[in-house]
Amino acid sequence: MMGIENMNVKGFKVALHDMSLRDGMHAMRHQITLEQMKAVARGLDEAGIPLIEVTHGDGLGGASVNYGFPLHTDEAYLKAVTGVVKNARVSALLLPGIGTVDDLKMAVDCGIGTIRVATHCTEADVAEQHIGMGSSMGLDTVGFLMMAHMIEPEELVEQARLMESYGANCIYCTDSAGYMLPDDVAARIGLLRKELKAETEIGFHGHHNLGLGVWNSMVAVEHGASRIDGSAAGLGAGAGNTPLEVFVAVAERMGIEHGVDLYKITDVAEDIIVPMMERPIRVDRDALTLGYSGVYSSFLLFAKRAEEKYGVSSRDILAELGRRRTVGGQEDMIEDLALDMARAKR
Amino acid sequence: MSRKIKAAIIGPGNIGTDLLIKAMRSAVIEPVWMVGVDKASPGLSRAVELGLKTTSDGVDGLLPHMRADDIQLCFDATSAYVHAENFRKVAAEGAVMIDLTPAAIGPYCVPPVNLDEAMSAGAVNVNMVTCGGQATIPLVAAISQIQAVDYAEIIATVSSKSAGPGTRKNIDEFTRTTANAIEKVGGAAKGKAIIVINPSEPPLIMRDTIHCLTRESPDQQAITASVHRMIAEVQKYVPGYTLKNGPVFEGNRVSLYLEVEGLGDFLPKYAGNLDIMTAAALRTAEIYAEKMLDGSFVPGSAIVAQ
Repeated sequence: MMGIENMNVKGFKVALHDMSLRDGMHAMRHQITLEQMKAVARGLDEAGIPLIEVTHGDGLGGASVNYGFPLHTDEAYLKAVTGVVKNARVSALLLPGIGTVDDLKMAVDCGIGTIRVATHCTEADVAEQHIGMGSSMGLDTVGFLMMAHMIEPEELVEQARLMESYGANCIYCTDSAGYMLPDDVAARIGLLRKELKAETEIGFHGHHNLGLGVWNSMVAVEHGASRIDGSAAGLGAGAGNTPLEVFVAVAERMGIEHGVDLYKITDVAEDIIVPMMERPIRVDRDALTLGYSGVYSSFLLFAKRAEEKYGVSSRDILAELGRRRTVGGQEDMIEDLALDMARAKR
Repeated sequence: MSRKIKAAIIGPGNIGTDLLIKAMRSAVIEPVWMVGVDKASPGLSRAVELGLKTTSDGVDGLLPHMRADDIQLCFDATSAYVHAENFRKVAAEGAVMIDLTPAAIGPYCVPPVNLDEAMSAGAVNVNMVTCGGQATIPLVAAISQIQAVDYAEIIATVSSKSAGPGTRKNIDEFTRTTANAIEKVGGAAKGKAIIVINPSEPPLIMRDTIHCLTRESPDQQAITASVHRMIAEVQKYVPGYTLKNGPVFEGNRVSLYLEVEGLGDFLPKYAGNLDIMTAAALRTAEIYAEKMLDGSFVPGSAIVAQ
């Protein structure tokens, strides 16, 4: 691994994409109020954050028993935020299999400028329709390859090429489990940068489950990522996303061009986000297990609830879900597994 | 019963072949023709080996033989794009169509729930919904038969290897069609469907989760009994249809966790999602065949009413 003293990122340009109003929805059980959304979005916009994601944590159409019913519809949230931001572009997330192109059209009517189409890292071909439509509608269209730690960099490139061929102008290497070590990030981002079209942007989405959100994002920038996801105060699933204000401070010191006002983003984190939090976003033993075992970060609160209801350890549930190589969206496995484990205990 | 109803299978792919192997065991169906469009297709060679007549000229190659060979039932295991044309042609020759494509020209059919209803309405084309629909709608119906279901949601998790190119190219069709059939056949006021594809090796067996929100507090005893009755019905044609956990009751939520293992005829056992489609299609065809044999269903007369 390269030491930070050797990392030369001076003058590298990066666009920061805030996740607190989408990934943060997981941490808030999708109960963020419209007023909170507007306050956060205004603050981020004024701090110079160029991209703000707003959707149910599981993307458009995520409202469900399985993932949780949100306080408001995607439509209401999107309209609230597009109504208050002046400079930032608003994005929505879409997971084929959960949301459909109908949801995408609705989001476009609400004023999004970016659509991010997410699939498990090996299943890019389910996104052909959605990426194709986003791109043909003239949207900034992002292919978002989740749980990217589960496959080798070469396989990731293959899937990225598919998304590129459907019309994505930006490809993300997504560390949904916060499992990647800096070398894993370097290998994946480096190969994507080398193999994809020069005009295709590369992005990195980190989770802080092993405390590596900021460092992994720096490594991603070093190897060619020009978009970095993070959340003010880290508000996101698991131990949260890369805390944006921390990334900005480090980026500032390292000479990365990020365009964000450090004090303003710090104030958004401290004055707006932290008081909203239902529980501290930190690397507790369950979040650490996500990162250690390679488990989808939004499983965290479901596992904690299962522990409460069935008296089985949430850490054991998460570790077992890691052994079974579950993927994003399989939240229904948690109660099922907890019931099995409770029965085995008796 | 010695006499059997003669059938043709259109589409010699994995689904068509699995269906053929199942149909060859049937007491009331005799598969006679396999219809493809590619001479070199391995599915057609397999059908020849199994003693079927075959054509690689599509449905047009079958039509001249339908009356002579007394083909009264056709299965369409091709694609939604060609189904309408296939149906029009075989219907003109007097055959009933079991549609395994997403075209859904005819009513949705989930055999233990609404086949009787479709047949009494004289349907000569029934659609098998989706794999997730066949696996879950019987249990949504089992609950809605007891009390009003305001909302039903299903999550189908299938192995990557069992999700074919058709499903992948139009995954929205799965979510839309399944949600729609959860309402129309399952009896829920509002339906929602989610599909998750998992690439693990060895491939995971199809898993299905059903969450229903009942209008009033759920009658736990009656729902549990109804669910177990329905599972026994589905197990008649899919023996590997298993309730792993549940019913779980929490407030007005009723949740069921299932695994669907296939018979492993031509498709691998883990692909319960594909097996339940071919098994449900054959089950549907057999019930049609029984009624054709005893004279209580005459497809020719129904076509006039179309």
